[in-house]
Amino acid sequence: MRNRAEQAWRRTLITPEGVDLNLRLADVWQRLGAFLVDLVVMVGVLLALRLVLAIVVSITGDSGLQFGVIIFLLGAFILRNFYFILLEVGPRAATIGKRAMGLRVVARSGERLTADRVIARNLMREIEFYLPVSFVIGDLASGQADWLTALAGLAWTIIFALFPLFNRDRMRVGDLLAGTWVVRAPKRDLQAEVGQVWEGSPQFSFTAAQLDVYGVFELQTLEKVLRDSRPEAIGPVAAAIRRKIGMADDGEHDYAFLNAYYNAARARMERGLLFGKRKLDKYDTGAAS
Amino acid sequence: MELANPRTFRAAREHEWARLEEILRRAEERSVRALDDEDLRDLPVLYRGALSSLSVAREISLDLELVSYLEGLSARAYFFVYGVRTPLSSRIGAFFARDWPLAMRDLWRETLVSLLLTLVGAVAGYLLVMSDHSWYDNFVAPALASGRDFSATTEFLRNALYDSYGDNALSVFATFLFTHNAQISLLCFALGFAFGVPTVMLLTMNATMLGAILALYASYGLTFEIGGWLSIHGTTEIFAIVLAGAAGFRIGWSVVFPGEKTRLAAAAQSGRTAAIAMVGVVLMLLCAGLLEGFGRQLIAEDWARYTIGGIMLVFWCAYFYLPRRGLRSHG
Repeated sequence: MRNRAEQAWRRTLITPEGVDLNLRLADVWQRLGAFLVDLVVMVGVLLALRLVLAIVVSITGDSGLQFGVIIFLLGAFILRNFYFILLEVGPRAATIGKRAMGLRVVARSGERLTADRVIARNLMREIEFYLPVSFVIGDLASGQADWLTALAGLAWTIIFALFPLFNRDRMRVGDLLAGTWVVRAPKRDLQAEVGQVWEGSPQFSFTAAQLDVYGVFELQTLEKVLRDSRPEAIGPVAAAIRRKIGMADDGEHDYAFLNAYYNAARARMERGLLFGKRKLDKYDTGAAS
Repeated sequence: MELANPRTFRAAREHEWARLEEILRRAEERSVRALDDEDLRDLPVLYRGALSSLSVAREISLDLELVSYLEGLSARAYFFVYGVRTPLSSRIGAFFARDWPLAMRDLWRETLVSLLLTLVGAVAGYLLVMSDHSWYDNFVAPALASGRDFSATTEFLRNALYDSYGDNALSVFATFLFTHNAQISLLCFALGFAFGVPTVMLLTMNATMLGAILALYASYGLTFEIGGWLSIHGTTEIFAIVLAGAAGFRIGWSVVFPGEKTRLAAAAQSGRTAAIAMVGVVLMLLCAGLLEGFGRQLIAEDWARYTIGGIMLVFWCAYFYLPRRGLRSHG
């Protein structure tokens, strides 16, 4: 159970087996980070190509020049137009940058991600990124960056760059035309369960009323606090819970208290689940629905 | 109660998840070939096991870590199990046998509009330059004309049609032509998104330039010769540019007038059709680049140039539009 802000980022994708995978859309920052990584990779490859060209020419003289220029022209063309496409049609459906950020591309309909979608979403980079960039570079190179062109270029860039911010699904223009989402699909390990009891930990006992104060959302927030286990969070959280459930605050054994409360509350709520009771958060009185 | 207890449930299933995780990691890092028969046999079972674990965990467990982990694992396994499995060779085969011609037929209205714009632009350019030579400089940039203007001699213009760049530079020239033209056509397509307006401008500008050059040569009495020079690669190249414009119009049109579908669905469908068309356009421009870079430089005979250009045009039209079995539009 997650709170509403988090739920707004979730998208339903039902597998043929009938289970909702509940995908999480990527943040704008992750997308930007992935793009910057890809940009660095592309510029790196381009510079390497240029270097190879220079080396070939210095060794073979003019006879190698032709060959080198062809490789360079074709290489730059393929890199610019097909870097994203070739990597995203692969089984990982992600470029190097997206892999680094733990993202992947999926079809909005839940179908397989086909090549035509990948091509459509990446060809639009032509107007989203390359066009304004080549305008600016062209202007700078010719030394006649006139104000109007620069402004128009800037406005154009801003419209397309901010496009993802103005729709709920954080789609670029390319995503819109391809029917795709970029979602999180990070590789992660299953971490140990919190609430382990250890030898000699102090004992606490709670009444049913004390355990019923909170709901699932608070329980899972407590789970995160226990997992991170940062001293500056443990103290205040323990104090707040003690105050709320009316227990004497001795200010000691904060972690052990939270641990014991988590175990007891979770056990009680999970028993409730078996009887079809799910208290979403502390405001949920079970009245509606 | 064994399975209804979240803690024992996790302990009982954890090794299956770990095995699925390990298979996925190997398959993603290397390839499907890194999996042996046993892995491939177990994968679907483990995938369904993870899905069922996820369903159970959502019902009985309040451990957020467990549910998030299983969601992530199930999603990765889902994308792998239901991912694209057809080998690249058969996908390429399907592109040439079905997808490309189907996309071209689907775009026939836009293609006509785009062709009409090109024709109108070319005729306008031709007539304007014929009526007043001073229009020429407006349509053809001096850098591009490189001396081919109304101050040139007939001899100079004639030589420009038959001069060879020398054998050495031909392949570089062809590569340059291909990458340059392909880039412009991709831009022409992508600009279609801005309601097609920039695409119209780009198409007509290109066409007026063509008309202006034709007018220049015609007024020197070199109509037949320029026709050959242009048609050997032009039938392919101009056709490709017309199609790029058509693909651009399709996406611009569907965003403005989605019809009965939602705007999002219309955009997504037109984007996919247009994407296939654009792959085709790039391939056509590759042909055009070779014809222009090699063919035109090596073949100086007018009739041969006309013949090659004509054959290419007939070939493309037959490939795209000739009715044949096995070509059905689906959807």
